[in-house]
Amino acid sequence: MHEMSIALSVIDAVVARALGEGCSRVTGIELVVGRLSGVAVDSLTFCFSAAARGTPAEEAELVIDEREGQGRCEACSAVFPVSTLYAKCPTCGQFRVQIESGEELLVKSITIE
Amino acid sequence: MCDTCGCSGDGGAVLRKPGMEEYHVHIGGDGEHHHNDHHHGHEHGHTHDHHHHGEGRKVQLEQDVLLQNNLLAERNRGWFEARRVLALNFLSSPGSGKTTILEKTIPMLLEQCPVTVIEGDQQTTNDADRIHALGVPVIQVNTGTGCHLDALMVQRAVRELDPPERSLVCIENVGNLVCPALFDLGEAAKVVVISVTEGEDKPVKYPTMFHHADLCLLNKTDLLPYVDFDASKCREYAIQVNHHLEWIEVSAKTGEGMDEWVAWLKSKLAAL
Repeated sequence: MHEMSIALSVIDAVVARALGEGCSRVTGIELVVGRLSGVAVDSLTFCFSAAARGTPAEEAELVIDEREGQGRCEACSAVFPVSTLYAKCPTCGQFRVQIESGEELLVKSITIE
Repeated sequence: MCDTCGCSGDGGAVLRKPGMEEYHVHIGGDGEHHHNDHHHGHEHGHTHDHHHHGEGRKVQLEQDVLLQNNLLAERNRGWFEARRVLALNFLSSPGSGKTTILEKTIPMLLEQCPVTVIEGDQQTTNDADRIHALGVPVIQVNTGTGCHLDALMVQRAVRELDPPERSLVCIENVGNLVCPALFDLGEAAKVVVISVTEGEDKPVKYPTMFHHADLCLLNKTDLLPYVDFDASKCREYAIQVNHHLEWIEVSAKTGEGMDEWVAWLKSKLAAL
């Protein structure tokens, strides 16, 4: 259940930033979670309310932008969408994929007041 | 509450040492959690009459969620590199034989370099006790309810262990093929262990772990005649997930394959 650690890390990061900006409340949090990041969005959402309780982000609305994965074949350089880390190149059939995106785990923005 | 010192260390990890009942160091936990540090002072500000609802200001962060862990991991990595210490992160599901592999490996290396061990488990010092019996310095990190080690736990454990220059630090992570994959500890390489009593499709069932690993040790090969486990199929799955993954088959029990594994370690140690 590493999503709880992830949720706590999000809260720590956004609260620190909000306080640094002189604000006492976080009302919105935008996350980017890649589909290959190893984080389950449902679990993260579930953990978030518990992680936020008693913090300035307690009432923040969580918006998660799930990014699709993209890979590049190291053998033939084809670029293609990937939904797993063991993706097969649709052009040459090899498994030598280099993941180019989809592993993101970012706090994109926060709304503070 | 901590049952050793009575402090309110709920949820935080604890360092322990074999044979030293009174020794324990809390890491993090509620008392240190910075939600509480900042929060109260600002709460009072809420009653100010210029508090405007619904006039939020948007701030772009574009910040890695695990930034704090990753920064700390890089500090650990820098410390290891400066001391020419080889730090390895051992990962697997529970029961695949990580501790037995360490028990058999360490005596094969001690002539060449000192070894210290960090053991991660939710509870007990059982694994640390086994390593302690080899006569090498070991520290147990009890993560409590935590499902993985993080860079802060390793930093604190390393500070307590103080491994010597040109040595090997083995970090045995909490037995779990999911969560520890995401947390960089500052190690030089990740060694994932899988045993032949598990399913050969583990690499594609838990791809994140195998994707991030540098070496896979297939353990308990002495049991291959008795189980339906296709080692070449397992390797094929693993390479599909990570085509840079190195692969060594061992039986920690019989010693089969251990020479190749120790040679791998010695080549890494020689390159320090």
